[in-house]
Amino acid sequence: MSRNKKLVIILLLAAVLIAAIPFFALRGASFGGTDDAASELVEEISPDYEPWTAPVLENAIGGELPGEVESLLFCVQTGIGVGVIAFFIGRFYERKKLGKSGEDL
Amino acid sequence: MQKTQKKLIAAAAALSIGFGIVPAANAMHIAEGYLPPTHCIVWGVICLPFLLAGFFSLQNTVKKNRRALTLIAISGAFIFVISSLKIPSIAASCSHMTGTGLGAILFGPLAVSILGLIVLLFQALLLAHGGLTTLGANCFSMAIAGPLVTFLLYTLLKKCKVNKKVNIFIAAAVGDLFTYCVTALQLALSHPSEVGGAGASFGKFLAVFAPTQIPLAVIEGILTVVIVIAMESFATKELRSIGFIKEETK
Repeated sequence: MSRNKKLVIILLLAAVLIAAIPFFALRGASFGGTDDAASELVEEISPDYEPWTAPVLENAIGGELPGEVESLLFCVQTGIGVGVIAFFIGRFYERKKLGKSGEDL
Repeated sequence: MQKTQKKLIAAAAALSIGFGIVPAANAMHIAEGYLPPTHCIVWGVICLPFLLAGFFSLQNTVKKNRRALTLIAISGAFIFVISSLKIPSIAASCSHMTGTGLGAILFGPLAVSILGLIVLLFQALLLAHGGLTTLGANCFSMAIAGPLVTFLLYTLLKKCKVNKKVNIFIAAAVGDLFTYCVTALQLALSHPSEVGGAGASFGKFLAVFAPTQIPLAVIEGILTVVIVIAMESFATKELRSIGFIKEETK
C-alpha cells in the first residue's frame, strides 16, 4: 500500500514536470493549440479551401467565442469530470475505511 | 449479445462498408468545417456500427452487473477531465489528451465509443472545439481507433505477462498517439498535397501533431496508471465483478 502511495506521488510529480518544463524552458512561446495549427496547415496545403461551416455556438452568437467564456466552459467540463470521479472514489474510500469493503454500494 | 442486436450491428456494418468503398475519404479534433461534406458523412457512417455495438455492449454490461455502472461513470468522467486539460508541450504548442485508455482497458473498445461520443458532443456543442460536421471523423479517431489499439495492446502485453502497471502505461500512451496518427491521416486524405498527394500531407500533419503529442501521451499513460491504482485500492470488489481483477488474488 505504501509502495503504491510512493509510486503515485512519483508518477504525479513526473506528469506535472513534463507539463511544466516546456512552459519554463520556452519563454515567450505562444503555446497555441495544435488543432489550430492543423487548421492553418490545411490553409497552407489547399489555399482555396474554405471551411464550409462554423461551430454551432459561433453561428448562434454570430462571432467567435470569447476566450474567457471558452476557458469557463472548459472548466465546467473538467469540473463535471472531477466531481463524478471524486464522488465515487470518495464513496469507495469511505467504504474501505469503515471496513466494509465486501459490501455493495 | 441478443439476436436482434447482432442483426442491427450487421446491418450498420454493411452500410458502412458500402460507404467505405466510395472513393473519397477524409482527426483528434478536426475543427468544424475543415473536412469536405462527403468525408464527414463517410466517417460518420463508418462509426455507426461501432457506436451501435458499443451501446449494446454497455447495455449488456449493466444488465449483467449493475455495480459496473459506477466504474462506467468513472471511466466517462476520466475522459471528461483528461480531454479538457490543454497542456503545454515542448513544441511550444498546447494540446490535450484523450483519456479513453481507462475505459478501453476496463470495458473494451466498443463501450468506450459511446463515452467518447458524449465528450465529443459536449465539446462540439458548447466549446466550439471539434465540430458537429467533423463529429464522425473525430469520433472514429478518438473514441474508436485509439481505444481499439489500447485494448489490443493491453491484451497482448497481458498475455506476455508484462507488469500490469507498465502494461497500462504503454497501452494508454500508444492509444493516445494512435488517435493523433488517425487524425493526421484523416486530414491528409481530405487535403492531399499538390506535390506528393495524401502521403506527403500525412507527413506534414503528423509533424504538426507528433512533437506536441508524444510528451502528452506519456502524461496520459501516467494518469491512467494512477487512476487504476486508486481504483484497485478502493474498488477491488467492483473491479473483480467486471473481471478486471481475478478472483483468486485476494
